[in-house]
Amino acid sequence: MKYLLLIYNNPATYEAMPEQERNAIFADVDRIMDELTRSGEFVGGQGLADPSQSKTVRVRDGVPAVTDGPYVEAKEQMGGYLIVDCETAERAVEIAAGWPDAKYFALEVRPIMHTAGADV
Amino acid sequence: MSIEDLLRRETPQVLSALTRRYGHFDLCEDALQEALLAAATQWRSGVPDSPRGWLLTVASRRLTDQLRAESARLRREAAVASADSLVAPPADDERLADRDDTLTLLFLCCHPSLSAPSQVALTLRAVGGLTTAEIARAFFVPETTMGQRISRAKQRLRGAGFATPPGAEWAGRLGAVLHVLYLIFNEGYTTTSGPALHRPDLTREAIRLTREVHRMLPDDGEVAGLLALMLLNEARRAARVGPGGTLIPLEEQDRVLWDRQAIAEGVALVSSALSAAPLGPYQLQAAIAAVHAEAPTPQDTDWPQIVKLYEVLLRIAPNPMAALSHAVAVAMVDGPAAGLDLLDGLAGASRAAVGHRLEAVRAHLLDLAGDASAARDAYLAAARGTTSLPEQRYLGARAARVASAAGE
Repeated sequence: MKYLLLIYNNPATYEAMPEQERNAIFADVDRIMDELTRSGEFVGGQGLADPSQSKTVRVRDGVPAVTDGPYVEAKEQMGGYLIVDCETAERAVEIAAGWPDAKYFALEVRPIMHTAGADV
Repeated sequence: MSIEDLLRRETPQVLSALTRRYGHFDLCEDALQEALLAAATQWRSGVPDSPRGWLLTVASRRLTDQLRAESARLRREAAVASADSLVAPPADDERLADRDDTLTLLFLCCHPSLSAPSQVALTLRAVGGLTTAEIARAFFVPETTMGQRISRAKQRLRGAGFATPPGAEWAGRLGAVLHVLYLIFNEGYTTTSGPALHRPDLTREAIRLTREVHRMLPDDGEVAGLLALMLLNEARRAARVGPGGTLIPLEEQDRVLWDRQAIAEGVALVSSALSAAPLGPYQLQAAIAAVHAEAPTPQDTDWPQIVKLYEVLLRIAPNPMAALSHAVAVAMVDGPAAGLDLLDGLAGASRAAVGHRLEAVRAHLLDLAGDASAARDAYLAAARGTTSLPEQRYLGARAARVASAAGE
């Protein structure tokens, strides 16, 4: 079963951190990525550029309107994502709990739809 | 036979022979992969007289090169492993006498020390002869992810011997093999739209491998039952998906599209298994599928017979999914209220295990009972609970249909 782990954070919090603490976070991320790759659970994932670089696109009556900035104004924005393929929902939650941003902000774990259909 | 099919057929034979001779299942598997790659390109200009001999020679050469290049420690291990493999199996082990090595390989790939996804991946590669890229495509994961999963599984098997399990373990280990084959079948039993279109045909692969096991163990009722169950489900493939990938329920399927030949084979298999072997859950599920398959129209379905079969199934192998199907069958015989009563009686643990399917079945029974509004709510709850796209579309469409039929 595949899960999308949405990583929420506030870049300003990390900017204000001592370098040592930031480096510890990067080391944590490297360690978890290594573990997920070796276990064969890592399917994909990327970090996102600062929310200030977002563009929000809306099409109304066929006319696209593009505004700078994220869709929802909030202190915490999506900072990246992971896709993992694991045996249980509990395992996906465990991975999320180990991710450093969960200590300061939150991760959201969402099951990804699949195309297998049992008989109905 | 295409070169690809030929290579896939030879894969388990060559791998078994290598592992018997040299031990080191993981290294043998690597060496065989390299030989298969070489064959795929070199055989285009002509298939050798003995494909198996060719693969054995090339893979053995790679393997010995690799073993020689490795450390002295590894070489000592190899010597020990080869010495072990020279020891003949005990004479009283009749099972070993005329059995195909493919079965031994299946036992190894479905070893209890591996997780189910690892068992599936390794079986498809080592026994099915699929490439890592093909398996990755089938499970919608990157090739590196699948490669990692397979190599980790092989590492875990390092200590496991290449032998059929002893008598006391036999039934349980065979059960694990059948479960993996069933998982492979179900993984492939999908709609034919969207990204699923380009998946390797796991359903046919599962049937091919189960046929092999049945050929090796013709008297095992559960192997025959599983093969029959797969054939009877596969027979409905063309009828179970409509335009745009929508799922079509059994009672609305165009039965002309059912594959009569597959049904005949499945019915014959399950009939002879039921009369000759001890009862088991796969045989019972196949028997239920056979009753459906033999009804020319939904109205002709022998529901009392299906109720009886589910009752036996629930007695010998209780499971919550079967309990749901039993409730539907009872509703068809005694009316929807009787089915709904059974759903209400399901224990908490069973409810958790079936998840959204409980609401889907309840919706269906409420619809039969004429309670359109409650049926709609239950269909919507089920649609929110599923992680399957085709199922979600089906349940959403049902919700809309009962609502409009009720004039809402």
